[in-house]
Amino acid sequence: MRQLGRLVPALLVIALLLIVWQLYSTLSAVGSDLLPAPSRVASAGWADRSSLWDNLLPTAREVALGFALSLSFAFVLSILLDRSQAVRRALTPVLIGSQTLPIIVLAPLVVIWFGFGLTPKILLVALVTFFPLLVGLLEGYASTARDAMTLMETMGAGWWKTWRLVRLPSALPSFFTGLRISVTYAVVAAIFAEYAGAELGLGIYMQSAKNSFRTDLVLAAVIICALLTLALYALTFALQRLVMPWYAQSRERPS
Amino acid sequence: MTRIELEGVSKSFDGREGKLEVLDEISLSVQPGEFVSILGPSGCGKSTLFSLLTGIEPADAGTLLAGGEPLVAGRQPFAWMPQDDVLFPWRTVLGNVALGAEVAGGCSRSQARARALELLPTFGLEEFADSRPFQLSGGMRQRAALARTVAQGHDVLLLDEPFGALDALTRTDLQLWLEQIWERERWTVVLITHDVREAVLLSDRVYVLGPRPATVRLELEIPLPRPRTLETLADPRFAALEHELLTALDVGATTA
Repeated sequence: MRQLGRLVPALLVIALLLIVWQLYSTLSAVGSDLLPAPSRVASAGWADRSSLWDNLLPTAREVALGFALSLSFAFVLSILLDRSQAVRRALTPVLIGSQTLPIIVLAPLVVIWFGFGLTPKILLVALVTFFPLLVGLLEGYASTARDAMTLMETMGAGWWKTWRLVRLPSALPSFFTGLRISVTYAVVAAIFAEYAGAELGLGIYMQSAKNSFRTDLVLAAVIICALLTLALYALTFALQRLVMPWYAQSRERPS
Repeated sequence: MTRIELEGVSKSFDGREGKLEVLDEISLSVQPGEFVSILGPSGCGKSTLFSLLTGIEPADAGTLLAGGEPLVAGRQPFAWMPQDDVLFPWRTVLGNVALGAEVAGGCSRSQARARALELLPTFGLEEFADSRPFQLSGGMRQRAALARTVAQGHDVLLLDEPFGALDALTRTDLQLWLEQIWERERWTVVLITHDVREAVLLSDRVYVLGPRPATVRLELEIPLPRPRTLETLADPRFAALEHELLTALDVGATTA
């Protein structure tokens, strides 16, 4: 119940925004075709629900697969960078550079290179989401207590054992921070990739709705994207509780 | 059991302002089953001495022998206990103690847990096996850390200011507790401390190190009878020994 109680302020803000939006679009001169009221977005979205569902699934799959790739890539890379100063120095500029690529330009290129299938979407999602994960992991490794490293060294633990038993668990809080930043990018990246060319997906759905001036359906799809991101965000907390139950407990008690 | 001997050990570091001499021809020895303290002011290089013993740093000069053989990195007979307990929050108390046996002792995970489970009663932690470190008091955490050190199964315990971060009452309490279980277990212990009372209360012998570069200023036998208890603190010989050590450390010299 306390958990639900904490949602009340957020729900109030959302309700307030919807009311303002509703009033503005019905009372102002904008016209309900340009800015449809939330009630109309909801009813149009409901009417087209089976199509929205059919387009949501491919997007969700792209996000899931892209994230799986991103996670594996970030973990492997983080190990290599943590292990060797030389690798870290060599790769860091390239990795940072990869984050300056404008996705709006890159998305059509990736589609040209890899076609209209799943691959370009997965790649784009991974490209956009791996960096916060990687930074989270690296900062997390660096936060390992010095004495903990010395302890492992005096016990004769090798690099790998030290990583597994100490550095990785030490990095988890920071990793989850990175994960939360990452998931908020993931859906946007998938939409971008679909916008550049796809057969199904919320991105292509929005594009065709926009081309037929169905602003209500565009907004309905936007809201679904927002809900998807919220769900993913909530999922990171569930995952965190599962992976590191000790963390929440240790924070509840001031010691 | 292993006898530890250091003969003329020196160590310096290359700092920004040239060479920083930390240890200058330190010679000392520790007999099997003996409790020896190394007493010195903060920053005198006590911890550097530990890095040499545990093989983290090589010595510049001198010999370090364990049981008459030179120390070999990776096969040294020491179990180190840091000042901060370094208990891992993602492991239970049992898991933390087992870590010593698992990593240093080379046990399998289940063997390590069994070994840890055997040890817990000695440290008064049997009821806290499944607790997390943050659920323990400061004193219990240090006991768990000591249990992990013992679980490593090495011959010599290296205690690096183990009670330094505790409040004064808890510290005295733990010192008396350690004396009690040392009477029973008779581990070989090297204790690094700047707490003179701690050194007198617990040790068979005390080496006093001077400020950097550290030399051995005094080697003092502590002939107080065992078991030592709270009453020992009121023994006039206790005060005399404490006075002798403080004098060797030049404490009070600046105000005289």
